[in-house]
Parts: sequence; structure tokens; C-alpha cells
Amino acid sequence: MSATVSNLYAQHDRAALLESRQATRENPWVKAGILVAALGFFAVFLLLPLAVVFVEALAKGWGTYLEALTEPDARSAIWLTLSAAAISVPLNLVFGVAAAWAITRFEFRGKQLLITLIDLPFSVSPVVAGLVYVLVFSNHGWFGPWLSEHDIKIIFAIPGIVLATVFVTVPFIARELIPLMQAQGREEEEAAVVLGARGWQVFWHVTLPNIRWALLYGVILSNARAMGEFGAVSVVSGHIRGETNTLPLHVEILYNEYNFAAAFAVARCWPCWRS
Amino acid sequence: MSIQVQNIHKAFGHFVALDDLSLDFPSGELVALLGPSGCGKTTLLRVIAGLEQADSGKVLLDGEDASDTHVRERQVGFVFQHYALFRHMTVFDNVAFGLRMKPRQERPSEAEIKRKVHELLQLVQLDWLADRFPAQLSGGQRQRIALARALAVEPRVLLLDEPFGALDAKVRKELRRWLRRLHDELHITSIFVTHDQEEALEVADRVVLMNHGMVEQIGTPDEVYRHPATSFVYGFLGSANRFEGRRTAGGIDVGGTRLAAQADHAGEDSEVVAFVRPHELEIRLEQQDAGIPARITRVLSVGALTRVELEGSGSQDGQHYDVELPYETWHAQTFTAGQQVRLQPRALRVFTHNETAGRA
Repeated sequence: MSATVSNLYAQHDRAALLESRQATRENPWVKAGILVAALGFFAVFLLLPLAVVFVEALAKGWGTYLEALTEPDARSAIWLTLSAAAISVPLNLVFGVAAAWAITRFEFRGKQLLITLIDLPFSVSPVVAGLVYVLVFSNHGWFGPWLSEHDIKIIFAIPGIVLATVFVTVPFIARELIPLMQAQGREEEEAAVVLGARGWQVFWHVTLPNIRWALLYGVILSNARAMGEFGAVSVVSGHIRGETNTLPLHVEILYNEYNFAAAFAVARCWPCWRS
Repeated sequence: MSIQVQNIHKAFGHFVALDDLSLDFPSGELVALLGPSGCGKTTLLRVIAGLEQADSGKVLLDGEDASDTHVRERQVGFVFQHYALFRHMTVFDNVAFGLRMKPRQERPSEAEIKRKVHELLQLVQLDWLADRFPAQLSGGQRQRIALARALAVEPRVLLLDEPFGALDAKVRKELRRWLRRLHDELHITSIFVTHDQEEALEVADRVVLMNHGMVEQIGTPDEVYRHPATSFVYGFLGSANRFEGRRTAGGIDVGGTRLAAQADHAGEDSEVVAFVRPHELEIRLEQQDAGIPARITRVLSVGALTRVELEGSGSQDGQHYDVELPYETWHAQTFTAGQQVRLQPRALRVFTHNETAGRA
């Protein structure tokens, strides 16, 4: 008996050990109840809507589906969404790592302010964030006259969309990294420095390998939000078809035009890139 | 290589970690920095390594001012309390790290690195673990790998922060002996931080006792144990019975009982604190006039030593005393628990009160 027990421990199979004995086994009804509740919730609120999107997208056949994706406005929207993500995700990557590094490795004045600022996009409604950019950069805004004098368009143009996207995606990477880096501490990095490593060597050989999974997760979250953002982008884009429409905006337009098959077709293709 | 620190001062906010501290570490010695937690010993070690910047004062390595030298260039080996092994690298890669980080011109060839790493792993007797990851090692093994990693860059100084702090008692004793042997082989100037007096006395050539950011005493283990300079040192190095009283001619007066003591401190009738080690305190029969009145509360006979716990009575009510004596001696006497006795110190160390006031 004790041999079996230690064997189970050796395999780190605590769950199996707990299951193997009557005294520590949970009531089967409780187990079944928890499983049904969890799976049922996911099925109804996550799987079902996804399934509907797939079914509706193909409701009028493959032809309509492909057409909806290849018509010029859709392609322009796809392209714009990809570009906005391609600019904002790397920006956030650099900024997020730098901010997390600064917050967890150094003591400085204004640290608390920086932490608050990183969280700001979470606490401000995206629509309000978009409006702020409109107030600052539009023709009647603070920099409006100067910008139009130099023929720079930000609002109702691509730069505005990128700015809004960057704003709403700022917290993801830094928020993912800060708790991890705090928990890991700085001892390994100090050890590397004592052993003669230079700043970038420490980062590349010690810091980065330790945070890589959290970083990847942060990038995925940030990318998903960049591609899916509606509110802030909607305010600054101006909805010019074929020019400043991103995918979410395009889906909304199609939906409002009662073009359900196309709307779902476009909606269908976009979660594929999101992750 | 010798290390000197001169007038080092370091504060964290209002907390003074190192208070104008100066020390000399001669070449080739194994020195212990010993003190209670928060006494500044780890801070001092980090200042020497360059991981912490002192507010003022100098660190001299081999007679040269290294205060502005970057950690990388100081050529120190540092072993962290929790080892700080790189968790994503194998044991081999951990030990090779310092060699691989060298600038291209100084970096040895991969074959040379391999040879050197295996040599170091043999030195710490863990060559067979080269392919493991740190998470797969025991605490003692991690400690030895951390040491091998620190030695790989051929440091001029070895600094160890609580090297045995996180290990269980048995492994700790083994590693102590092993570190001592290693030092005798390599003769590299080494400083280790510890709060465990037994460890410091057993391993080190020299012990530096620290308290509140200041040095209380420096000496060989025997010196500091037999001739403690301050009451703090006496109390910190092993258990002690404490008496408070006033100085009289040729002794001290503790609540009306006169105890003989060497008159090495001047100033009659001043307040003093006296200490006696448990094995230097004798239990006598109540009828004899001399000695502190006390009552035996508990007797513990384990192994060769018998420990007797007593409680003061009369003027010393509420005081706690410990006495240690060989089992045979105890057995030959006829004392029992609950009995009223007198305590007579064989050797009494007296410290004037103001010496203790600021420090203890």
C-alpha cells in the first residue's frame, strides 16, 4: 500500500492519489454538477454564438461567403485592421516590457503614477478615449489649426485609428508582466551581472527567457483587442468606406444594411487571425 | 586579495543599515559576518560586491579604490541566499554562463568552456547532474552549483550571503565542513554572512560581530567566544544568564547578594549587567549563605548533559536561569525539582550599563 502511495506521489499525480481513496474522494454528484455547470456555461455563451456565426456565414452558400470577403471594401477593412494591429502590437511590446522592467526593477519618483497610467485605458470607456483624440487632433481641436496648416490628417484617417488602437491596448502586456517579474525578483539578473553580463546580455539570456510565456500571452491579448476594438476606433475613424473602416466597423455597417450573410462571413474570418 | 571598507555609511530612508563602518579583510581568509537580522551584514556584503551603492565611504579591493568600479569589473563571486540559479538553463549552462558572457576576445573556446565546467562540477562533486535543471536539484545541490557558477569566472573574492540559511540541519552541517575544506584548497578570500553563531564559529577563520550597522567585535572564533568585548557579543554567542546589579568593591551586588567578579571596570556603585554561561553556574544548597536564591523548576536529562531550569526567588523573583552540568555530576547530587537552592557563578563577565543601553 505505502509503495503505491509513494509511487503516485513520485508521478506528481496528487489528483489520482486523492481519487484512489474513499476518504478523500468527492461525492460523484458534486463532481458531475460542477462539470455540467462549467461546460454548460461555455457551451451556451461561447460555443453557441460561434456556431451561429459559422452557420449564418454559410447560409447563402460559399459563393456569397467568398464574395463578401473579396469585395474591395472588405479587403480594405481587412488590410486596415491588420496594419493597425501590426503597428500597435510591436509598440506595446516595447513599451510594455520597458514599463514592466522599470516598475519591477527600479525605485523612482512617480512609479505609482506610471502604474496608474498603465491602467488608465481599462478604466476609461473606449468611446471617451476616442473623443479625447477628436478633441485634441480634429480641425477644431487644440492642434487642429497647426495640423491642417501642415496638411497632416490624424482624425478620420489611419493615424487616428492607430492612436486609438494603441491607447486601448496599452495595459495588456505590462499588466501581464508586472506580477510575474515582481514574483521572480531580481536575484537572477543580479547574479548575471556579477558574472560579467552586460545589460542587453542580461535581458536576452536571463530576463526574456523567464518572462517569455507571459509575454506571448500579453501579445495575444493585445493583438486580439487591437483587431477587435470598436468604440474608440469608431469615434476617430469617420466610417469612410474603403478608407477608414476597420473590420469591426465593416461588420456593423453590413449588419445595419441587413446584409447578414456578408456580415457573418466577415465576422467569421476575423477570429481566425485574432488568435 | 585583500578587501578594505572605509567609513561606509548606508541608509534606507530613515533606517541606518551601515553606520560609518570600517573593516579589513586580510587576503586568503574565510571571514564570517555574524549578527542578528537587520544588523546590516547583508547590506555590507552587497556593498562590497557593488550590488548596492554606499551613501559615503570607500571599498578597496587589493588596495585600489573600487567604489566606482562596476559590479562586472570587480571580479567578485557572489552566492545568493536563494542561489538565484537561472531556472531555464541546465546545470552545465548555469556554470558556463560567466565564461560565455565574456567579450569575444577573452572568451574561451566552447571546448575549453566544456572542460572547465566539468572540472568545476567535479570540484563540487556534482558532475553527474550537468544535464539537469535547477528545479530538479535538492537544496544542497543547488547551493554547490551556485558556488561552482561563482567560481567559474575565477573571482578574486568570494562573497556568500547566508550560504546555508535555506537548508535543513543535517545538510547544513555537511556543507559547512565541505565549504571549509574547499576554502583550504582554493585559499580565495571569502566572506560569508550568517545569523547562526554556531556556523560562524565552526567555519570561519575570523568572525566579525555586527549589530545595528556597527562592528561590535572582530576576532578568531575562540577569541570572540572566550573574551566577548561587549554584552551584545556575550549574549549573541551562545546562551547566557543575565544578572542586573550594582558594582561594589571586588564584585557586584545583585539584589542584596554579593557575587565575586574581576574588577576590570572602574566606577564603584554604578549600574552593571553581568553574564554567566549555563555551564559556569553552580547549584548549591540553600543553607549556604552565598549565591542567588532560586527554585528548580524543570530538569532535562538528554545525553551527556543535564539542563536545569530555575526561577529566581526573593529579590530575583521572575528571573529565569539555565544551568548545564555533566549528567554524572547531576546524578551524584541530591537536588530535585521544586527545591530551593542558591546559584553561584564560577566566572562572571561584567559590563557597565551604558555600554549595553544603546546596543542590546
